[in-house]
Amino acid sequence: MVETSKYWKIDKELLEHVSKIARLELSDEEKEKFIKQLEDILKTFKKIDEVDTSKVKPSFHALELKNVMREDEVKTWKWNPLANTKHKEKKYFKGPRIV
Amino acid sequence: MKSLVKEHIEKIKSGKISLDEFISEIKKKIEKIQSEYSPFITIKIENPEKKGKLYGIPISVKDNICTQGIQSTAGSKILEGYVPPFDATCVKKVKGQGSVIIGKTAQDEFGFGSFSVNSFVIPKNPWDKTRVCGGSSGGAACLTALADFPHIAMAESTGGSISCPAAFCGVVGITPTYGRVSRFGLIDYANSLDKIGTIGKTVYDTALLLSVISGYDTLDSTSLEVRDEDFTKYCEENSKIKIAVPKEYFGEGVDPKIKDLVWKAIKKLESLGAKYQEVSLSQTTYALPSYYLIAMAEASTNLAKFCGMRYGFHSELKGNFEEYFSQIRKLGFGEEAKRRIILGTYARMAGFRDAYYLKALKVRSLVIQDFRRIFKKFDVIAAPTMPVIAPRFDEVKKLEPIEAYMMDVLTAAPNLAGIPMISLPCGFVKSLPVGLHLMADHLQEKKIIQAAHTFEVNE
Repeated sequence: MVETSKYWKIDKELLEHVSKIARLELSDEEKEKFIKQLEDILKTFKKIDEVDTSKVKPSFHALELKNVMREDEVKTWKWNPLANTKHKEKKYFKGPRIV
Repeated sequence: MKSLVKEHIEKIKSGKISLDEFISEIKKKIEKIQSEYSPFITIKIENPEKKGKLYGIPISVKDNICTQGIQSTAGSKILEGYVPPFDATCVKKVKGQGSVIIGKTAQDEFGFGSFSVNSFVIPKNPWDKTRVCGGSSGGAACLTALADFPHIAMAESTGGSISCPAAFCGVVGITPTYGRVSRFGLIDYANSLDKIGTIGKTVYDTALLLSVISGYDTLDSTSLEVRDEDFTKYCEENSKIKIAVPKEYFGEGVDPKIKDLVWKAIKKLESLGAKYQEVSLSQTTYALPSYYLIAMAEASTNLAKFCGMRYGFHSELKGNFEEYFSQIRKLGFGEEAKRRIILGTYARMAGFRDAYYLKALKVRSLVIQDFRRIFKKFDVIAAPTMPVIAPRFDEVKKLEPIEAYMMDVLTAAPNLAGIPMISLPCGFVKSLPVGLHLMADHLQEKKIIQAAHTFEVNE
């Protein structure tokens, strides 16, 4: 059984953790504002807890879709993938330092 | 209302007007509209290369739909300067039918909003410049209402982004069944919810463009393998429509004057032979939170690809990848995008995923079942599109995010269920247009087009 008291609320520590894994830096001002706003939002969204879904399957899509498979064939790509970047070297994208 | 599009196609065919003259004439008109109302992010008028069903018809494209050689930003700074090297499938299709692409229309950043104010270009309501156009396809609806020349807009809806601006601007908007139109080349908001659709002055116009852009596409694995339909042939009167009127859509939050107008429209259809009955869609109140949780969860994964490396907003490559990506995203995303990334990431996090994301997906199943039950007995559901008339910019500014989200209370459920819907004008409150919303079962666009056309020609 999951502990439910942790749900539908957010504090600074949790927000900072989320912002880190989302690779999205937030200013102190944004953090303060967001905590209050996210609390309001979650309080309203909590309403779905009222629904008994114990026997319900999730709908990842609105209609039933089937997997579409095809042969993995090499095709020529006529568009230049590097056309929209400044960060390139020879035929490659150039990224920031990894380590 | 007469379709200017239909007339124009015939005039061009018979050589009554020259396309070159027509294009130079609309150029001036477009510039004038832009200077007063800002429906465009980018204006670029391209002569057609081919002849076809849409020969000589100006088509505007929402900015989140990729157009080869024309900047496509989805209303976001993080995609500033991005010029797609390819056309979205729907753009390719309209070009193949000889349309005149006229530019890219304004929208909320990535579709995150119901007023088209969350971006760098903010369109003004055609009926009152102090009011919003609705969102997120605000520019598309704004331009459609103002254009006194033949024009159809290509728009997109995730949770109401076609119906809402169509209602606020007094035009017609069709959101087709999920998967009816290929999403290839659409800058995604939420993959399981995004639908490309059309906005026009008449039901015929929207049906015409929808016929051209619909169809199975191997480049979109969620596109539906169904036969192509000419939707314009459903622009016919039907006197045997069975209408369901859900009481939850006429609740406390809905402006009583809007309710009256929608009821008047239903009674009008009744006088033309339709039968209506009041019903209950008990899952309605759960649709909005379910929609937002799913949409934000999907959005936060989709937006992960924007990191200032391959396209769009760039900066000097400084620091390690975590620092660089976090900085670029801090500078490139607007406030609402940030809020949704944070909430969406949170809803998918280990330990929280089942309580939020998975729970929301289960609620979605119940919302779909709710609609299916109704469509066993009825052809269409009729309701108000929006609970209010277009608000003023100063009113929108004061709204807290959750209050803004509540604007989607009537459009969230059908969008979550992926059913087709059409919003069309049914009168005015305080001189501002009101939308009648008609919804049908999956792939039953025919029924909403017939019902809407029946209402339109007798209004």
